[in-house]
Amino acid sequence: MNGIQPTKQNNKNYRVRRNYFAIFGRQFLMVILSILSLYPVFFMIITSIKSKEEYVFNKFNLPKMLAWNNFYEVFVGKNFGQWFLNSIILAVGAVVLCLFLAVLASFALSRYQFKIRDSILNFIVALMVIPPVIMVVPLFVFMAKINMINTLAGVIMLYAGLTLPFSIYLLTTFFRSVPQAIIDSSAIDGCSSFRTLTSIILPLSMPPIVTLIVVNSLWVWNELMIALIFLQKDELKTLMVGITVFKSRYSINIPLTMMGLLVITIPMVLLYIFGQKYFVQGLVSGSLKE
Amino acid sequence: MKLKKRQITEIILYLAPALLFIGFVFFFPIARVIQYSFNRVSPKKLTFLGLTNYKILFTDNVFTDGLKHNFILLVAVPIIIVLSVFFAILLYEKIRGWKFYRFILFLPYILAIPVVGVVFSYIFQLNGVLNFLLEKSGLKFLQADWLGSSHWALWTVMFVIIWKEIGFGIVLVFARLMSVPKDLYEAAEIDGASWLQKHIHVTIPQTKNVLSFLTVIMIITMLSWVFNYVYVMTLGGPGSATVVAEYYIYQTAFRYNNMGLASAASVILFLVTIIFVIIQTRLKGREEVD
Repeated sequence: MNGIQPTKQNNKNYRVRRNYFAIFGRQFLMVILSILSLYPVFFMIITSIKSKEEYVFNKFNLPKMLAWNNFYEVFVGKNFGQWFLNSIILAVGAVVLCLFLAVLASFALSRYQFKIRDSILNFIVALMVIPPVIMVVPLFVFMAKINMINTLAGVIMLYAGLTLPFSIYLLTTFFRSVPQAIIDSSAIDGCSSFRTLTSIILPLSMPPIVTLIVVNSLWVWNELMIALIFLQKDELKTLMVGITVFKSRYSINIPLTMMGLLVITIPMVLLYIFGQKYFVQGLVSGSLKE
Repeated sequence: MKLKKRQITEIILYLAPALLFIGFVFFFPIARVIQYSFNRVSPKKLTFLGLTNYKILFTDNVFTDGLKHNFILLVAVPIIIVLSVFFAILLYEKIRGWKFYRFILFLPYILAIPVVGVVFSYIFQLNGVLNFLLEKSGLKFLQADWLGSSHWALWTVMFVIIWKEIGFGIVLVFARLMSVPKDLYEAAEIDGASWLQKHIHVTIPQTKNVLSFLTVIMIITMLSWVFNYVYVMTLGGPGSATVVAEYYIYQTAFRYNNMGLASAASVILFLVTIIFVIIQTRLKGREEVD
């Protein structure tokens, strides 16, 4: 007995010590990764309130003098406000249009039994990974032919179409989980299928719909290539395209560029803070790609 | 169950609008891009060229190097997977402050690529913050022109992609871990498995599906979703050191106005992507059988 006890004791001590070591090591790694994740954002914020003269000799430290006028300068004399408005119009337009189309299609794909419905769904799901760049050339030629280049409506249609596969996938999966019994009882009450959709299924589907609104507006807000190609006039540009203009036009005034970046990032960060749950849901329920 | 005529009409009415958009944004352009790739494309007419575009394409070093760059970027895939799994496990084991860390680590994912790209391009500038820090910490010999030298530029871009995509991986793996039955871990602990053994024998098999999904998504990302990074940070330069397939398509179509050649490049990129789409649907199918 006596021989065993010390080893047991030792063992226990050893374990405790090792756990402290492991806990410390893990926290250390986590902190490193967190700093790496946050530093660019931190850099953006502190640079945005420096004057351009200060930035020349002070890139790393906190600003000695706050240059708040950068904030006003972002909006003055450029189309920044207009770009902001364009991005909002595109996001709202595309998200609403896409949601409308996706709700109808998902209803058909979940509430009716027909032979090819799973093939249709699988096919749509597969489209999620096709990069837009492949479609861009013919779409440009076509849109030029029907005079839709440099129109917000044209780009709204493209965005709605591109976000449809993910939206249909998410909604169909959810609609299928609504118990058939609820639907059947409404049919007995004499509801038309459209009534069933609007007054029974939709009220139950708020969580995936909110997820879609959050995820799709983020996608549209952050999209660059299509906006770049289809909206070439300065007064029609989106914020993301505007940034690249900023970068080249104000290459000597880096703090001003950073302020511009900060201003356009804030809406998305707010959306993230209040809708974190929905982001994670959207992410987990399928791939959301930019 | 046989469908009534009325129901068939309903299905068509619900599905048609969405399918129309999907046809307009996906099918029609994909059919067209294949056709264009065999033609010289001018606004008024097509001139049949046979395989000429493809011949030009594969003798154009910018394109073949571009594809090579896409494949080099695949190096990022295992790095993203390993780091995602590791940090997801730390979060899962309820490291102190895990909710906070989860919020931080996911943040890069919601930031817009153009924003991230511009911020990093200033951090990595020749006289930017990184080189400043290296000098201050006595590591001057490590300084480099991170985005301006053809030796480093592609690797720097890859670093930024990893930085951005890792949050996606962590949250995805973490969400899957939450649904792994706890008793599997308890059983492993009772059997005296070490931390590493436990995760090799429980975590990896249990998250197998998510990991293969993540792998395929990341491969597709590296092959055909990196335009934004390149456009914002390097414009393909220096020289053509960071040209990727997508950027080549963009440049050929919208800078040099050669729609036919750009279409041929699109077809090649499409074929490469479709191979991985097929792999993914196979995996998905197997997941459902499981």
